Amino acid sequence: MQGDLEPLLAQVRRAYQESMPLSIRGGGSKRLPVTGESVLDMRLYSGVVEYQPSELFITVRAGTLLVAVERLLEENGQMLAFEPPHLGLQATVGGMVAAGLSGPRRMTAGALRDYVLGVRLIDGQGRDLSFGGRVIKNVAGFDVSRLMVGAWGTLGVITEVTLKVAPRFSHQMTLEWNLSETQALKRMNEWIGQSWPITATSHHQGHFRVRLEGSAASVEVSAKALAGGREVHDGKWWWSALREQQLDFFATPRPLWRIVVRPTAPPLGLSGQSLIEWGGGVRWMVCEHGSNQVGLVAHHAGGYAQRHPSMGVYPMMLGTNHEGQRIHRALRELFDPRSILNPALMAPEWASR
Amino acid sequence: MSVSPSSLASIPVPDGKHFSSESHEQKSVTTELPTYPEIQLSPAQIRSALSRWLPESSILISEESKRPYETDGLSAYRQMPYVVVLPANEKEVQAVLRYAHEQRIPVVARGSGTGLSGGALPHARGILLSLARLNRILAIDPLARTVRVQPGVRNLAISQAVAPHGLYYAPDPSSQIACSIGGNVAENSGGVHCLKYGLTFHNVMSIRVLTMSGDLLELGSEAPETVGYDLMALMIGSEGLLAVITEIIVKVIAKPQTAKVILASFDRIEQAGDAVAQIIASGIIPAGLEMMDRLATRAAEDFVHAGYPVEAAAVLLCESDGLPIVVDEELARMKEILESAGASEIRVARDDDERQKFWAGRKAAFPAVGRLAPDYYCIDGTIPRSRLGEVLTQIAHWSQEFGLEVANVFHAGDGNLHPLILYDAAIPDAFEKTEALAAKILELCVAMGGTITGEHGVGVEKINQMCLQFGTEELEIFHGIRKAFDPTGLLNPGKAIPTLQRCAEIGGMHVHENRLPFPELPRF
Repeated sequence: MQGDLEPLLAQVRRAYQESMPLSIRGGGSKRLPVTGESVLDMRLYSGVVEYQPSELFITVRAGTLLVAVERLLEENGQMLAFEPPHLGLQATVGGMVAAGLSGPRRMTAGALRDYVLGVRLIDGQGRDLSFGGRVIKNVAGFDVSRLMVGAWGTLGVITEVTLKVAPRFSHQMTLEWNLSETQALKRMNEWIGQSWPITATSHHQGHFRVRLEGSAASVEVSAKALAGGREVHDGKWWWSALREQQLDFFATPRPLWRIVVRPTAPPLGLSGQSLIEWGGGVRWMVCEHGSNQVGLVAHHAGGYAQRHPSMGVYPMMLGTNHEGQRIHRALRELFDPRSILNPALMAPEWASR
Repeated sequence: MSVSPSSLASIPVPDGKHFSSESHEQKSVTTELPTYPEIQLSPAQIRSALSRWLPESSILISEESKRPYETDGLSAYRQMPYVVVLPANEKEVQAVLRYAHEQRIPVVARGSGTGLSGGALPHARGILLSLARLNRILAIDPLARTVRVQPGVRNLAISQAVAPHGLYYAPDPSSQIACSIGGNVAENSGGVHCLKYGLTFHNVMSIRVLTMSGDLLELGSEAPETVGYDLMALMIGSEGLLAVITEIIVKVIAKPQTAKVILASFDRIEQAGDAVAQIIASGIIPAGLEMMDRLATRAAEDFVHAGYPVEAAAVLLCESDGLPIVVDEELARMKEILESAGASEIRVARDDDERQKFWAGRKAAFPAVGRLAPDYYCIDGTIPRSRLGEVLTQIAHWSQEFGLEVANVFHAGDGNLHPLILYDAAIPDAFEKTEALAAKILELCVAMGGTITGEHGVGVEKINQMCLQFGTEELEIFHGIRKAFDPTGLLNPGKAIPTLQRCAEIGGMHVHENRLPFPELPRF
C-alpha cells in the first residue's frame, strides 16, 4: 500500500476552509473538463487493503490502478463481473466507481452499482466517513456506497472501495449471424431472457454477435442450440475494443451519440451508422440530427442521449421535476456544503458558492 | 385480490403460534419524533377531513378495526395507531400525504406487515398508511422481462403471474407467500437465493414514489442507465423514512432449465463451515447454500418431515441451477468438496418433489423452531463466512451462560446468520435477558467485520445497535439524507436511524471494521 490518508484529508479541509474548488483526479483516463482549479491527486493513495478470494470481495484504495486489480483477481481465478471500461491504462478504481461505467457484460451480470459493497470517503468538509461494509447482505443505514457510483466525486472523494468479485469463466466463444437491426434486437432480448450463458451482444453493419461464457461443456452445448451462428476468431478483441471504444466506428469526425434506451425499444429511426450493445440497451449513433431531436428520440425510447465523448457533465438532465432537483441539490449541499468537490461536473450550474 | 390485514399480520404458522405469544406483555416504545406540537385533531376529525378524497370505509378509527395494525412481524412491540388509512390508488395516497404534511401528522407506511424489525410499528399520534389495497399487477412484458406492479402485490404473486412465460421473480424471502413487494423494496429483502441472483436491490429497475409533501418522483429506469444521483439506491432499504412507494418495475428472469439440491450432513459444525468456504473458493456460485444446526434441523424435521438427518451437528443444502450440463458439473464438484470436507452423508434430491421438500424444511425453519418454546427471538446479523466457526462457538458459550437455547439458521452463501433465541415471555425478565443476549450477538457480528442486519432491517428493534455500527458523522449524514427527502421528518419517525442523543445516552461505542478495539468483548 502506498500513501497516507492524512495529506488528502488535510488538502480537502484546507479547501473547505478557503472555499477553494478541488478537481479530484485519478489516472485522467476519462478526460474530464479541465478547470484550472487545484488538483487532489488520488494516485498517491493506492494499494489493496484486503482481499479474500473465498469471501468474494476485494477492498482497495481509490488510487489503485484498475489493471493491477484485474491482474490480481485473474491470478486468483476471479474478475470484476461488470467488465469495466478503462478508457486508458492509467484508469484507477476510484475513478471507475465515480464514473459508474460498466462494460459488455452489463445486461447479464449487472452494472457496477450492483457490485459495490462499501466505500470510505472524504466529504466536502474533510471528514473521513465509512459506509456499507464487506458483506453481501447489509441493510443497516441508507445505501450511501451506491449513491457514490456515477456521482463523479461531487458527493465525496472516494478513498477506499469494497467490491464484490466473481469467479472467472473458463471458456468463451463468440458467434455471429447476419441480421437486420430489427431482427437482432428481437433476438437479443429473446435469448437473454432464456437461460443461455450469454454474456455480451452487439449488432453492427448487419452482423449480430453473441458472446457465450462458462464451462467448456456449457459453451459448446449452447453454441449448438443457438442454431446457425458461425464462430468468429476475433471475439476477444471485438468485445475489448467495443468496451474501450477503440473500434474504427468510434474514431469518426462526425457527431457520435451514446443513446441509452429500453432494450426492447424498436429501431430509433435516426439516419446514420449504428452500433448496438447491451442487448439493445445502448445504441451508439453517428448521425447529423440536432441534439434536440436525438434527445427527444431517446426520451421516447425510455432513456437519454449523450454526445460522445463528453462525460461527467449532465446540464439540465438531473431530476425530472422540481422535487427531484430539490433533492439532488440538498444531497450535494449535505455532502459538499461549499461546493468544492469537482464543481465542474454533474450539474455545474448547481455548484453555486 | 382481497387482503385481510389480520391474516397477514405475521407469517401464517400452522399451529397458530406467532413470533411471540399474544399474551406477551406490551413493550413500551419511545419514538423520537422531532419537536412538533401534539396534534390537536381527533381521529374523527382526521377521518372527516380525509373523506374529501377517500371513502369513509377506507379510514379506520375504531379500536377494533385498528387492532390488526398494532404490530407487524415483530409482535413483541405493539402500538395502537391513531388512524388507519387504506388508500386504493396513487391519487388517494397523495391526498393522504398532502393532508398529513399540511397538518404535521406522522405517517407510517405498511405493506403486508410481515417485517421482522418493527419497521411498520404504528405511531401513537400518526396515520398508519396501509398500501395493501394497491395490489394490482399493472403490466407484464415477457420480451423485456419486466413486471410493473403496485406495492401491495405479494412477492410470490409476481412469480405466479409470469410463470406462463417461463419467468419468475428471483428474491424469495421466506415470507414470500404473504410479504408485499413494496415492503421488500423498503427493506431490501433477501432470501435463500441471493448469492447468485441478488437482493431486491438487484432486481428492481424503477420505482414511483411520493415524498411526504405528496410530490411524485420517478426513480431508476427501464433503460440500463440513468443520469443524476442514484436516488433509487437510497430508496431501496430505506424502511419508509424517505418516501412512499406507489409503483415498482421489477426484473424477472428465465426459470432455470433444471435445478438440483444436495443435502449434506456433518458431525462437526466447523466442517460444514469449511465446506462452504471451499465451495465458494472453487469458483462455484451455488443457487442456494444454506446451513442449519442440530436444533434447527430437528425442529424443521419434526415440522415438515423433509427427511433431514436429525443426528447431524449441521446440515448444508447446496443447490445448483441452470443448463442441465452445468448443473451436473457443479453437482459433481460440490459432492467432491463436501466429501473431502468430511460430510458424513450426502444426498441428492431424487426429483423435484424431494427438492421442494428439502427446501420446505429450510423455509419453515423459523416457525418450526418456534414450536420448541413459547417464544423466540430472531437475529439477523451478517458475518464474513470465514468467521462462522468462531461466532457459533461464542454463541454456544453465551447460550449456556444466559440459560437460553439458541438454534442457528445460516444463509451460508452470503454470510447472513439467523440465531433464534428460545425463551418464555411468561417468565419475568426473560424477554429482557433475550434482548441482552441478542445485543451481544449483534455486537459480535459488527466486531467480526459484519453488520447488525443483513435483510430484516433496523426498524425499532436494532436502533440501539446502529450506534455501534456507525459513528456520529455517518449518522449525521443519514439524518441529512432523510432531511433531503423529507424535511419535516414525519415519515416513519423514530425508526431505522437513531438520534445522536440516543446513541450518547446508551453509551454505545462505535466499532467499525475492526479499526477500533472493543473492550467489552472477550478475545478468543
